[in-house]
Amino acid sequence: MSFPWANHYEPQNPLMKWVDEKLPLPRLVYNAVGAGYPVPRNLNYMYNFGVLAGFCLVLQIVTGVILAMHYAPNALVAFGSTEHIMRNVNWGWMLRYMHANGASFFFLVLYLHIFRGFYYGSYKAPREMIWLLGVVIFLLCMATAFMGYVLPWGQMSFWGAKVITGLFGAIPLVGEPLQIWLLGGYAPDNAALNRFFSLHFLLPFVIAGVVILHIWALHIPGSTNPTGVEVKKESDTVPFHPYYTAKDGFGLGVFLILYCLFVFFMPNALGHPDNYIEANPLSTPALIVPEWYFYPFYAILRAFTFDFILTAQLWGVLAMFSAILMWFFLPWLDRSPVRSASYRPLYRIFFWVLMVDMAALFYLGGAHAEEPYIMFSQLATAYYFLHFLVIVPIVSSIERPKPLPYSITEAVLGKDDDAQLGATVAAKA
Amino acid sequence: MIRLFAILIGLVFSGVALLSFGVGAYTFATEEHEPTAEHEFHLAPKDVAYSFDGPFGKWDKVQLQRGYKVYKEVCAACHSLKFVSFRDLADLGYSEAQVKALAAEWQVPGIDPDTGEATLRPGLPTDRFPLVYPNDVAARAANNNAIPPDLSLMTKARHDGTNYVHSLLIGYADPATYKNAEGKSLAQEFPEFSTPPGLNFNPYFANLNLAMAAPIAADGQVTYDDGTTATVDQMATDVAAFLTWTAEPKMQQRKQTGTWFILFLLFATTLAYFSYKNIWAGKKPKKGSSE
Ligand code: HEC
Repeated sequence: MSFPWANHYEPQNPLMKWVDEKLPLPRLVYNAVGAGYPVPRNLNYMYNFGVLAGFCLVLQIVTGVILAMHYAPNALVAFGSTEHIMRNVNWGWMLRYMHANGASFFFLVLYLHIFRGFYYGSYKAPREMIWLLGVVIFLLCMATAFMGYVLPWGQMSFWGAKVITGLFGAIPLVGEPLQIWLLGGYAPDNAALNRFFSLHFLLPFVIAGVVILHIWALHIPGSTNPTGVEVKKESDTVPFHPYYTAKDGFGLGVFLILYCLFVFFMPNALGHPDNYIEANPLSTPALIVPEWYFYPFYAILRAFTFDFILTAQLWGVLAMFSAILMWFFLPWLDRSPVRSASYRPLYRIFFWVLMVDMAALFYLGGAHAEEPYIMFSQLATAYYFLHFLVIVPIVSSIERPKPLPYSITEAVLGKDDDAQLGATVAAKA
Repeated sequence: MIRLFAILIGLVFSGVALLSFGVGAYTFATEEHEPTAEHEFHLAPKDVAYSFDGPFGKWDKVQLQRGYKVYKEVCAACHSLKFVSFRDLADLGYSEAQVKALAAEWQVPGIDPDTGEATLRPGLPTDRFPLVYPNDVAARAANNNAIPPDLSLMTKARHDGTNYVHSLLIGYADPATYKNAEGKSLAQEFPEFSTPPGLNFNPYFANLNLAMAAPIAADGQVTYDDGTTATVDQMATDVAAFLTWTAEPKMQQRKQTGTWFILFLLFATTLAYFSYKNIWAGKKPKKGSSE
């Protein structure tokens, strides 16, 4: 693991010496997020979101475990027990708003983290495994959040669960039995609520496990950096601690300020009013939408309105799942050896078009299923698939990248003495 | 190979999406678009200023007490408040003894200590507000086949809920003569529009006709204890404030706690910023890097 010039753990304190001999846990921490982990010295703020995502996971687990002490996963009382938390449990309102907005901020951070990856080519060799594990984490987070939203058993909880599990019904032949098996009945009810609660409690710990693998895999090649040029020598790096602990600490502060503004001053701004109405299987809400962080994929689901060989609904379901699953193949779709979009003039343009496209999908996923919104989401969906499956492979083979700096040191300081020596040093490195 | 495969799949998905687009656009262009009365005449709630607005907002306890009175004397005939306990009324500035007396004014389900039969007894501070109807069927039977919803969370269960409740209560009109702010007449624009018997026209309600008749019909319907003149608008404003409290009783505490959190975080983040700058002082280039 890590670079040869990494600092070595040498405990001074006799107690730490003693612990380290018996169980080298302090050493592990030192090498993972301490002074023993050299990191490129030129990381910008876009590289803050991994740490923030880890923070969000811990926050969700801590608030979630306490909420679970007061919540009752039974269709008869779930809504009331949520209100009990809001009204009677000491600081219950704060825990619940932290947990609900925490999910939103978790996804905000995850999206930024993923888009950072798109821009700086974080998925490319030798970091494919980090990327694959990252997509697994994202999928697990989506499943967890979806099930969590069902727990308060409001109108949106119920109808969201019904619509999303109904998607499995679109699968030919096995669809309906599968849906009934998933729900434990024909419609979401006590059986569904109970299993969703059970899984909602379990999955975050699975996520934590995959996060450990994600970080483990990361520590082999180390982070990318805005130049995309690999670390060559000590002057390209700084120790994680204190340099990035300090920088991430500041980032965490800014993040927490924004988060607290929502938790304490507009806690329901990201939610839907209908979820303050108790679930009622007999009354369909005028508009059924998931939480905002699912909007892009919900827009893709609803974009398919025309039966072409398969039913429109099945197209929608296939497209929605493919929209994320295809990220698994990204390392092999993008063949450009240059990582950073800063040196890829053509790819960079398409990256920003994708960002506009994603913004459109975010907006359209929350809109009423009526024209002209559907037409726009059809166009945005078409571009989304073109981008990843057609544009990225083609651009990566025809593009002429800009010249890269010799090293991170050169990019930061404007000159690198080793680079003057030219080929000799390059050969040595 | 994998890329060829990907390009194919990509073309299929975007092709089918574009096909859907084509069909949708054709229908959109060729179909006629009948504007609906709901679309043309539905109104967004009016803005009203409240003491609890804004990051430093506080309850106006006297107003909440007035709102409670409106609820008790008017709305409680049909609407329950099942998530609120009488003891919560202490938030409105009532003393312990007053809360006890207020609770005792309500009849809640109890058990006869001698026979064990279900009966009614005066409320205790620990009791919740009682339900109005024993079940939905009874609620429908008494209300033209509509169920009066529980009001505990009403202001959070609608967009812009506080303003919505106020606007709804003062918004009733006669559909035959109703004109909107631009002076368009409903009867002229939509001659087929009708308010079925038993329903009432109200432009703030989503589909313009609702089962609840104007509950606050005349000035002075409630006699306020603090001498405030009980106009229809005043009563609607006060009960909307009260229902904001029932939906979010911890709002004031939340905002105050939040202010301390934010102040602390601003301080801590400033410190974090300077320590970051300090630590990095030697590592930062003189001129900008390529990024
Ligand atoms: C005579 C019975 C009755 C009284 C008194 C009454 N309501 Fe209602 N209310 C209803 C009924 C019935 C509905 C359901 C209307 C519908 O769904 O069409 C309703 C619905 C509502 C709604 C929900 C509207 C929506 O958006 O779905 C609100 C808010 C409301 N009432 C507030 C009040 C307030 C505040 C008072 C007291 C000032 C009050 N009501 C008094 C019968 C009543």
